[in-house]
Amino acid sequence: MKNPRLFFWLIIVLTLISLFIVVPSFNNLSIGPLKTKLSFNQQDLLRKVGIRNTMDFRKGLDLQGGTSVTLMADMKGISVDKRDDALNSAKMVIEKRVDLFGVTEPIVETSKVGSEYRIIVELPGVTNLDQVKNLIGTTAQLTFWEQGATGSAQIAPKTNIPLGLTQILGSNPKQTNLTGNDLQSTAVTFNQNTGKPQVQLIFTSSGSQKFADITKRNVGKVVAIALDNQVIEAPRVDEPILSGDAVITGNFTVDTAKTLSTSLNAGALPVPLITLQSNVIGPTLGMSSLQKSLFAGLLGFLIIVIFMVVLYGSLGAIASLALIIYTLLVLAIFKASSLSPYAITLTLSGIAGFILSIGMAVDANILIFERMKEEMRQGKSRKSAIEVGFSRAWTSIRDSNIATLITSAVLYKFGTGTVQGFALVSAIGVLVSMFSAIVVTRTFLRFIYK
Amino acid sequence: MRVDRYLLLNGMNIIGKKYWYFAISLIIIIPGIIALFLWGLNLSIDFTGGSRLTLSFKNGVNSKTLSAVENTLGAEKIKVYSTQESNNLLFVKTQVIDQNQNKKFQADLEKKIGTFKEEEFETIGPTIGGETTTNAILAVIIASILIVLYISWSFRKVPKPASSFRFGVCAILALIHDVLVVMGLYAILGHFFGVETDSLFLTAVLTIIGFSVHDTIVVFDRIRENLKRTTNLPFAQVVNESILQTLDRSLNTSLTVILVLFALLLFGGETIRWFVVALLIGIISGTYSSIFNASPLLVVWQEWTEKRRKKNA
Repeated sequence: MKNPRLFFWLIIVLTLISLFIVVPSFNNLSIGPLKTKLSFNQQDLLRKVGIRNTMDFRKGLDLQGGTSVTLMADMKGISVDKRDDALNSAKMVIEKRVDLFGVTEPIVETSKVGSEYRIIVELPGVTNLDQVKNLIGTTAQLTFWEQGATGSAQIAPKTNIPLGLTQILGSNPKQTNLTGNDLQSTAVTFNQNTGKPQVQLIFTSSGSQKFADITKRNVGKVVAIALDNQVIEAPRVDEPILSGDAVITGNFTVDTAKTLSTSLNAGALPVPLITLQSNVIGPTLGMSSLQKSLFAGLLGFLIIVIFMVVLYGSLGAIASLALIIYTLLVLAIFKASSLSPYAITLTLSGIAGFILSIGMAVDANILIFERMKEEMRQGKSRKSAIEVGFSRAWTSIRDSNIATLITSAVLYKFGTGTVQGFALVSAIGVLVSMFSAIVVTRTFLRFIYK
Repeated sequence: MRVDRYLLLNGMNIIGKKYWYFAISLIIIIPGIIALFLWGLNLSIDFTGGSRLTLSFKNGVNSKTLSAVENTLGAEKIKVYSTQESNNLLFVKTQVIDQNQNKKFQADLEKKIGTFKEEEFETIGPTIGGETTTNAILAVIIASILIVLYISWSFRKVPKPASSFRFGVCAILALIHDVLVVMGLYAILGHFFGVETDSLFLTAVLTIIGFSVHDTIVVFDRIRENLKRTTNLPFAQVVNESILQTLDRSLNTSLTVILVLFALLLFGGETIRWFVVALLIGIISGTYSSIFNASPLLVVWQEWTEKRRKKNA
């Protein structure tokens, strides 16, 4: 804090950046008598500097409508060491289906509570539980396909043929009797000669027999593997495999090999999913709640500005300016976080927390100003009262804010969904408010009362 | 010269009347505790498990729609725990039902009373409910312990004979006071108005805990500062002066938050109304307890240990 001028400009720059982030894009807006139309598109500007992700406030399900489901994976039929694999596979199946269905910003997470394995799915915009059931309620089907005799009658009905299969196996693909049930496990291994990653398949004894028959009649041909009507791999059979232990080689990276292995496991280790909790929220309820809270927030903001100016005069005006910067900074953090993998999801309770934090953000200013008043009453000059006010009020500001951060951390650890949203917002609010109430206000005051 | 707004309180002897203030707290807390024992909290499905339907009716909710909803659910042998109305919304709490039962209910109700909309359908299984309850209790306990530890550490340099541990414990007592006020109020509201205790309530309680400690620390911080400066004054007098010196800021910081909460209460919509009420009551209680309970308790404890020391000597 040696150079108030430097801090002053730093704050101005931060404010402008936040403003740029927060302002929504607009097109051909004409302001009053201005002849030229104004346009502003953040996304275009971001793209120019190489940022491709969309930047927008991420709204929780309670604000935009949607469905959240918590599922428990029934692991009874799966040996203990394979359970993590099975859970990941089940998650991947859901992710694939959700992607195909075209849900934007879905969340599919796994968690382990005690000895229970869970999958949490959030689908913004999907409010039809039947669709949701199709997406997550059924276990995945793994099927193996071979080339059918050309020209002969179609064996599989057209509708059952997985997408893209005809491009690989010709116009008449034939489903083999091999299924996911015949697969015991899969794993990523490394080729002993080339050192490249490959995917190993181990079949059950009956599966080995079936697989041996298939490979015998398809040497030199392609056998396609499909999961849920989607071809996931189409390896060529080099030689008959009789042992029930096959490897798929190819241009795999460790990641792509893992992905394939996980997909195959979904068929090999099917886990029934039991719904523990589901919540379907219509879109209108959330929107009206959002508008109401935003209005309340704006009103609360204005009341605080009036309150501060009445109580502390010009000091209060500076605190209000700091409060505006606070609001901009927090909103900018919310919006910019959507570019990172740690996007902050705004829920109704989170917004309530944010509005509450506006009320709390001036607390530090009040503590400082009251201290300044006190010092001036004892005969100190305004300038030295500012310095003493800040330094003396600091310990109580620090201690009280750390207490708030402690409760936020505990809420985040033990809460779910809404509660976590609230905790995250209030923690960000506390940290930014310390910056705005102390650094911003002090810099402005020093700048004015030099 | 600006006149102090709280001039009336200046020179007041808060510590001298401390038992009066404790009595006021008890008068507020005891009915709540009785309500808690008699009726308990009206726990939402977040804790107990069950289903919640939010129905919206264009023409508002009247006794006819209400009985139609209850009869339809009753005919399908679905147990209704409670209903609550707010403008054109009806919140119905039932035992756990699945999507098929829900669909059938919607179709049957439509036949009876015409079109309506199901805005929300939430089902929480009993396992999740049990977990939420355990986590809620753990959260409150762990947050409290961490705060005592932090205050004890932060006030470690407080001059003898005061002890930093006592500061921590008194802050927690004030905090328990505030939590009891809000929980008692919710037991009463739950019994008479069907207000539910849900996971948002937990959020409110933990926010109140944070704020209560926040307020208490402002006073404690001044006591710490004054103790270092003045060594000859009796402890009670130092505390009293510290309270008076910080009164303005205690009230003003609470006032800004209360004003914002009022705006949220009046215009924030139904979904968060009771959440805001809990916060409002808790923060008012927190302000009271930080001024009239936490610091006076410090004095009581201090005087008690001094008396004992004299007896032993």
